[in-house]
Amino acid sequence: MPNGTAAQEPAMRVSEEVMIEMSAVHKWFGQFHVLKDINLTVRTGERIVICGPSGSGKSTLIRCINRLEEHQRGRIVVDGIELTNDLKHIEQIRREIGMVFQQFNLFPHLTVLENLSLAPIWVRKMPRAAAEELAMQYLERVKIPEQAHKFPGQLSGGQQQRVAIARSLCMNPKVMLFDEPTSALDPEMIKEVLDVMIELARTGMTMLCVTHEMGFARTVANRVIFMDFGEIIEENEPEAFFNNPRSERTKLFLSQILHH
Amino acid sequence: MAEPARRHPPGSHPDLPPPSIVAVGAVGWVRRNLLSSPLNAALTLGSIYLLYVAVPPLLNWALFDANWNAGTSRADCLRDGACWTMVRARFGQFMYGFYPPDQRWRVDLGFLLLFAGAAALLIERVPGKIYAALFLFVLYPVLAYVLFYGGFGLEAVETRLWGGLTLTLVLGAVGIVAALPIGIVLALGRRSKLPAIRLLCTGFIEFVRAVPLITVLFMASVMLPLFLPEGVTFDKLLRAMIGIALFGAAYMAEVVRGGLQAIPRGQMEAAMALGLNYWKMTALIVLPQALRIVIPGIVNTFIGLYKDTTLVLIIGLFELLGVVQAATRDAAWAGLSREGFFFAGLMFFVVCFGMSRYSQYLERRLHTGHER
Repeated sequence: MPNGTAAQEPAMRVSEEVMIEMSAVHKWFGQFHVLKDINLTVRTGERIVICGPSGSGKSTLIRCINRLEEHQRGRIVVDGIELTNDLKHIEQIRREIGMVFQQFNLFPHLTVLENLSLAPIWVRKMPRAAAEELAMQYLERVKIPEQAHKFPGQLSGGQQQRVAIARSLCMNPKVMLFDEPTSALDPEMIKEVLDVMIELARTGMTMLCVTHEMGFARTVANRVIFMDFGEIIEENEPEAFFNNPRSERTKLFLSQILHH
Repeated sequence: MAEPARRHPPGSHPDLPPPSIVAVGAVGWVRRNLLSSPLNAALTLGSIYLLYVAVPPLLNWALFDANWNAGTSRADCLRDGACWTMVRARFGQFMYGFYPPDQRWRVDLGFLLLFAGAAALLIERVPGKIYAALFLFVLYPVLAYVLFYGGFGLEAVETRLWGGLTLTLVLGAVGIVAALPIGIVLALGRRSKLPAIRLLCTGFIEFVRAVPLITVLFMASVMLPLFLPEGVTFDKLLRAMIGIALFGAAYMAEVVRGGLQAIPRGQMEAAMALGLNYWKMTALIVLPQALRIVIPGIVNTFIGLYKDTTLVLIIGLFELLGVVQAATRDAAWAGLSREGFFFAGLMFFVVCFGMSRYSQYLERRLHTGHER
């Protein structure tokens, strides 16, 4: 296969419509310059994998997109709305962006079903019965409907992360952000989560995924971005990225993560 | 051991029972728990001796040799033990203070409704929690005010006549019900991003915690009227209630803040990422978890607050302990302070121990297995 995107299904085609536009974005943590001149355009239906050494700013980058982190310079426009200090805009954007965290961050005091139906009920003002029906649909999709009435603490890590993905999907988001979704999982549970993510990619969801799962990147990404020291060093289609990395830093990074 | 260690081929090892405990039953329990070493055996024997010295005389005094008969003065107590005759004679006053005897049914009815409402709200099996909460927090305060104080055809009973256990429970209930919500608001305010709110809440909490309750009550009773314009007065009991509630709230705020700080940042981030605003996030995600973590601390504060109500004696309100103390100074019952204080202590114990047990039940019920 000469090109990673060539064999992809029709639903995975990328449209021309711009979903996220980051231009000249800078961010500092105190004196530390974490994001340096980030320029990134994400089109509807694109699946982008972001990788890089720890501390390179990749998590911070995607957390800026839904304002869990505030950028200090530059512009971020999501679905036509610019992120500013305006709380209305922030909440509007957050409703359209789903996020999956490394540590799952399920709500431990609520059952799985309540975790899923909470935001549709309180943010989308959906009637409870409809929200629970929706929740069950998504639990079917991540293949754990039988766990609906358990508490998160009673599930395995892989199951918890699948619940977390379903919870985000219940808000019917336009974009999904994944912040190292498999890094906290035991090895035998990584596949079940990646399977759900691949399934999601097939539906045409716009995805930004911080991960070191290079197999996943090859399968679903249509662009891989390599970050180091707060900069985007290189971006390319997966095959070209893995087979012919242009910069020395990318080569070094790839040799470190692919060697074992 | 009789059984030799048997080998099994890999993959076919059966599940074996755990090694058996050598001694079982009561004898085994005693041996394991009370006599496990020479030191423990000595401590056990010492404890038994202490119990032998202390308990029988106490039981004799309080129960077997006690006077249970009715009477009008100390002379009616003929037996050696406790003179419960005094408590019997003064029982009405201990319970109601100087509340007019023909109106005391109002107090009874008021507390009966309170307990019924609280039971409906606190016991899991009873359905219709929302109605119980509405009754307790909206309808009941109005009802209680009318019943206790008067109005709507009921004769007015001034608060200076209130006393005894009635007053203790009124002060405790008002203090507890007001302290928790005010405390939560203060705790949230102390963690606010807005400097003015943060400063205000922190200042209030630190100031109140730095002065003794007696001072607060004294200020409310003696100093406040000096600052109010002439002719404007408000009820001494009301002032005491406000003082106790705000005092309790400052302590409660710090307990709640401890819970808020224990919630991982990821919980807030997940809630925000779903589009919940600050208030929904706080009400649905943060507080339910934070309050559950600090149930022991909250109940601790409740119990402390309930017992602190005894300090209103300093401003001339006669709650249970005050009434008991007054009774022991009565010439007819001179020298019976032991019985009076024993009775008062018992009344406090029942309420405080009840709160403590309920909090333990609540902790068990709310446990969802996430603390693994």
